[in-house]
Parts: sequence; C-alpha cells; structure tokens
Amino acid sequence: MLKYFSSNQLYLGLEQALIAASAAMLVVLLARKRGIHLEREALVAMLRGLVQIVAVGSILLLLLRGPRWTSGFLLTAMMIAAGATSARRAKGMPGAFRVSAWSIAFGAGSVIALMTWLGVIDTAITSLVPVGSMLIANAMNTNGLALNRFRADVLAHVGEIETALALGADARNSVSPYVQASFEASLIPAIDSIRSLGIVWIPGLMAGMLLSGARPVYAAIYQFVVLAMIFAASGLTSLVSTLLIRDRIFTTAQQLSLQPGR
Amino acid sequence: MTPPPTSDLVLRTEHLGRVVKDKVLVEDATFEVRTGEVLAIVGPSGSGKSSLLRLLNRLDEPSSGTVYVEGIGYRQIAPRELRRKLGMVNQRPYLFPGTVEENLQFGPLQRGQTLAHDSIEQLLAQVGLKGYASRNVANLSGGEAQRVSVARTLANSPLVLLLDEPTSALDETSKLEVESSIQNIVHEQSLTCVLVTHDTAQARRLAGRALLLEAGRIVRIGPINEVLHA
Repeated sequence: MLKYFSSNQLYLGLEQALIAASAAMLVVLLARKRGIHLEREALVAMLRGLVQIVAVGSILLLLLRGPRWTSGFLLTAMMIAAGATSARRAKGMPGAFRVSAWSIAFGAGSVIALMTWLGVIDTAITSLVPVGSMLIANAMNTNGLALNRFRADVLAHVGEIETALALGADARNSVSPYVQASFEASLIPAIDSIRSLGIVWIPGLMAGMLLSGARPVYAAIYQFVVLAMIFAASGLTSLVSTLLIRDRIFTTAQQLSLQPGR
Repeated sequence: MTPPPTSDLVLRTEHLGRVVKDKVLVEDATFEVRTGEVLAIVGPSGSGKSSLLRLLNRLDEPSSGTVYVEGIGYRQIAPRELRRKLGMVNQRPYLFPGTVEENLQFGPLQRGQTLAHDSIEQLLAQVGLKGYASRNVANLSGGEAQRVSVARTLANSPLVLLLDEPTSALDETSKLEVESSIQNIVHEQSLTCVLVTHDTAQARRLAGRALLLEAGRIVRIGPINEVLHA
C-alpha cells in the first residue's frame, strides 16, 4: 500500500521503519498494561539500532570499495561492540566486557578465520563482512544468554554454592552445574534455528541469494553452511565465556563475590 | 603476631572485623575456643552472629584481624583445607540432588577420597538415620535433611563444627531431633563446636560458654549462665 504513496525509496524505507517500530511499541504498551516497563529501553534500542544501521550502511558503502584488509578492521570493530553489548547482560559480574569481547573474538573470530582460509567464506569484502557479521551477532546473542543465565543461576543458588565451598570444594567445582546449564541454555536458539531451517523460516541470506540469481539448491545449502558456522561460533563463544566468567565471580580465597544485594 | 601456643586452644580470633559498604557487620571480635568445648554465639537478630561465623571458615573475608587455627594464621592455610577443618552446617541443609550416601561422599571426594559404606552407616547412625544411605534426598523430611547435612559435614572429619542456626527453619519435633543428634555428637565425641543461635534455651542445653553479640561487637563472653543471666 505504501508504494502507492511513496515513489522515493528513502521515504518508503522511513515509512516502513515507522510502521514496524509502531508495531513494536504496541507490544511495549501491552507489556506496560501488565506492569512490565520496557518503554525507555525499547525506544532507545530502536532509535539507536536505526541510527547505527543507517550509519554503518553508509560507511559500508564506502568500505566495500576499499582494500581487503578493511574487512578485518570492520569485523574487529564489530567484535568489540558485540562484547560491550552482551556484557550488559552480565550486570554485577566483574570483567564481563573483557570476558565477552575475548570470547566473541575467539569463538566467532576463529570460525571466520578458519572458514575463510578453507574457502567456505569468500574473501571478497561483500561476502566476508556480511557473513562474518552474522557469526559475530549470533555469538553476541549466545554470549549474552549464557552470561545472563549463569548470573541468574548463581544468584539463585548461593546457598548450594557456599555449601559446596564449605565442604572443601574447589570454586570451579562448586559452580560447575550452573556453567553447564548456562552453556546448554545459550545454544537453544542456535539449535532450534538449524532444526527449523526451511520449515519455520527462510533466512534473509537465502532469500537475498535467490533474488540475486543464485541457484536455489546452492542458496539452500549455503544457508545451512551459514547456520552450521553460526552454531560453531556461538558454541565456542559460550564455552569460552562461561569458563572465563566462572573464575571471575570468586575471590582468590575462593569466596563467592557475586551475591544478591552486594 | 602469632599467639603463644596453648595445647588445648583450637581456635582464636584477633580483632576480627568486617565492614560492607560502610556497614559494620562485625567489629573487633577477639575470643578463643578450646578443644572439646561448645561455644554459643547469641544475640538479637541482625547482631552479626552469622557474619562472624562466616569469617571463621573464610567464606567471607575479614576487613580487619585474623583467625588462628591450632596456632596457625588462617591465611597460611589453603581455603579448601581450612573449610574442611572448620566444617559448617547452615540454617538450611542445601542437600545436593541424589542419594544420602552421595551427599556424604561429597566432601571426601573433593580430596580424591571415598568413604567406605561402613563409615557412611556409622555417620548416619550418629545422627539417628541408620539405613538411610540409599534414600533419595528429595524424599527426606526437613529434620532428616538437616541431620544428613550434619552427617555430611562430619564426613570431612572436622576439627571444629560451626553450626549456623541449625534448627531455626524446623518445626518443634524436627528441631528436637536435630538438637539431640548434635548433643550426641558433641558430647560423645567431644567435638569442638561453635553454635550460632537466637534460642537461649537451646544455647543452655548445648553450650558451656556463650558469647553475646550486639551490633557486631562482643558485649559479654563467659560461662553460659553468667552471660545469659547478666
């Protein structure tokens, strides 16, 4: 319907963004009726997201014409930003940003490097940056989920953890059930994405490849390739971050420093 | 400064204190515990009884002062070994999922040891739960769970038993069962014990000496009747 009113693509995009954001804000208002206040966070997140994606899109347009090393620069910047974003899900946990940034750099970075070296990801900036960013973004989400779950589990089980410590357990052993649970829970979205591929959703990358003229079977296989890489990057990130954060919630005298209200 | 060696002195604190976010939880606590005695830490709610107990096995770090265990400054003892020596029983039992026996094996397993089945039965007999080894902890009553928790701490062969309000979360019948088990262990084995309780009647039944805390400070320490009657 909008196409009848807007012939200019830029205006059309802004109108589409406004309508989609209104739908999101409607949900926020419904949540408010149930006493859940997301107004500020949702509004800021949406405005920020829109400004960021438009800014990055404009920069990308310039960089995509640049030399190949710019993809390394872009992906590194994305990893740092991803670390900062997912660290917010680990409120109160010391060193969450460093843990997140290193985990994403190791998890997503190593999968991107290996897959590029093996030729699974094309080295052209137009391929490496979009695919790499997908791996980083998913690693970021998984990392956020893992840290958030770990934090919640630890805070809910302070008694059990301190009982284990009081019985002479090593700090790492005392939280091992929660490390495992956080790792497993953080991978649920990645597993479900692979499981429901093609049935519940047709991802944007495949749709884009089809629109740009790729053979449907190749587009489908490559979509699976991307999801498998996302699983590998996310899993590695979550594995590293849960192991790194585990040591940060204890003092050197093996005292639990992450406590409710502290 | 190491205190002069005293053969029957098992625990000694020196100017122990803990401050969290400008709030004084424990201040300048100096006291001794002798081998085989039961010392009750009593005081009103929020007076710092549990905070003081948590400093003894270093679950929390003191802001000032130290603790000597058999004359050795406790920062010279590895935290895991210190906590084995000063075994703690909490207000709630916090049993791990599994059987009673698995719970009793937990402490020894941390040191790579396994208790023989006979030892498990012996520990359970001490708390009046003979034959409970294979039971799932999910099916225990509150009192039984707390007695398993006591036996689990004893499985580590502690030097001192630290009891943090062990019966305050129980009904009257369970409370008496747990108290009777503790009395049994303390008196028969002459196990040194530091008991935190708000129940002065319980303190009288179990302890020989008492330490009265108010707003984190020791206001009286001495024979139980003197402290509680003053």
